[in-house]
Amino acid sequence: MKSILTGPQLAITIKRLAHQILENNIDLENTVLIGLQPRGIYLSDQVVTEIKKELSADKVKYGKLDITFYRDDVRNEIRIANHTDIPFSIEGKKVVLIDDVLYTGRTIRAALDALLDFGRPEKVELCVLIDRRFSRQFPIQPDYTGKSIDSIISQKVRVFWKEKDGKEEVVILD
Amino acid sequence: MSLSTQHLLGIRDLTKEDISLFLQTAEQFKEVLQRPVKKVPSLRDVTIVNLFFENSTRTRISFELAEKRLSADTINFAASGSSVSKGETLLDTVNNILSMKVDMVVMRHSASGAPHFLAKHIPAAIVNAGDGINEHPTQALLDALSIKEKTGKLEGARIAIIGDIMHSRVAQSNIYLLKKMGAEVTVCGPPTLIPKYIHEALGVNVSYNLKETLEWCDVANVLRIQLERQNQVLFSSLREYNLSYGISRKLLDDLHKEIVIMHPGPINRGVELDSDVADSKQSIILQQVENGVAVRMAVLYLLAGKTPVSNN
Repeated sequence: MKSILTGPQLAITIKRLAHQILENNIDLENTVLIGLQPRGIYLSDQVVTEIKKELSADKVKYGKLDITFYRDDVRNEIRIANHTDIPFSIEGKKVVLIDDVLYTGRTIRAALDALLDFGRPEKVELCVLIDRRFSRQFPIQPDYTGKSIDSIISQKVRVFWKEKDGKEEVVILD
Repeated sequence: MSLSTQHLLGIRDLTKEDISLFLQTAEQFKEVLQRPVKKVPSLRDVTIVNLFFENSTRTRISFELAEKRLSADTINFAASGSSVSKGETLLDTVNNILSMKVDMVVMRHSASGAPHFLAKHIPAAIVNAGDGINEHPTQALLDALSIKEKTGKLEGARIAIIGDIMHSRVAQSNIYLLKKMGAEVTVCGPPTLIPKYIHEALGVNVSYNLKETLEWCDVANVLRIQLERQNQVLFSSLREYNLSYGISRKLLDDLHKEIVIMHPGPINRGVELDSDVADSKQSIILQQVENGVAVRMAVLYLLAGKTPVSNN
């Protein structure tokens, strides 16, 4: 087990991601944030908390999206769906999707399908904490990256969150 | 987490975990049904046949809509107008349909046990949409979802099932489900319509006093008098039934609390339920119908996860 990001480093990285999103989307005027269930929510919650330190809360539109029913591997295993909550229209909006680890790109592919069922966004951007380069199975790249790592398929990347796992850290498991 | 079964033949075969998984998934599908595009691509590679050997409005439309919302391909079959009237057996009919590469079968049949028979003989996943006087599992699941939404819980909830218990598959499925989930159940109706030994067999309370039962319960699930299944006289007239076991506005107003009224439909207005009760705010009959689509989506979605897709 190798540590990639320790707790304090993680906090700085999340702060940077929040600021980068704000840099590209002044005042979040036409922009909404959507975290991906289940584990992307821990990152998006923290990014939103950081953004709210810079902007008044009413300017931040934040939703949660579950993509279970859009997966391409329904027949292989049953997954339990999580709650989707997008309490605003995304029609003509710029959407920033937020997830913890970008690996094969299949989750994001499904998320794009799911998102389009809610309307026609003007643009979709992707923010991830960890980008596992060279493992992609679809042509999908992040716009905001916490940290890029080179890992092989047999390795596992695990992000621990305080609310869920009692500590904050990113590790590679061999 | 996965289901313990490949088919949904009855609530009797399910574990508590199965039931929770169905209900939990149905809640997520309810959200899908609120979206601008009320459709997900989950079952786009699955073909489902709806075999209805017995009349149905709600259940058939509800299943069909659920299948379409999941992007499955569907075929509808009604016994009237088919080769069944030429004497084809159930197994032959179904095998012929299956050879056209169908993955799942939703079946309603007037013979109790018909879906269990099919499940033993054919490779597709079977969903029971009501078999004779045995079970109607998706109705029990949607009733449970409606009760949970309205009262917040199933465990410890007091549910009265009122009317023709003897001939009701809805009652049987509801009792199995509610007992498994820890609810208290009382069945109430004329003695001729309540099976003997139901207390011993299914662990429910039996009452012949409607007023007492309503006073006791949080939710009253009122059943239809199934005249088509009664081949002997079990009560003297519908009017008399209405006077002793029909739910009237006055009866509900005299209670010390407000209870929830449910009915699986179709309602015999003025027999088991008076119109001003059926259309009142206390009744959640139309919410039950709405929940039916979400519950059936959950059932088909979760069973498809265990179905080997044809040509695969």
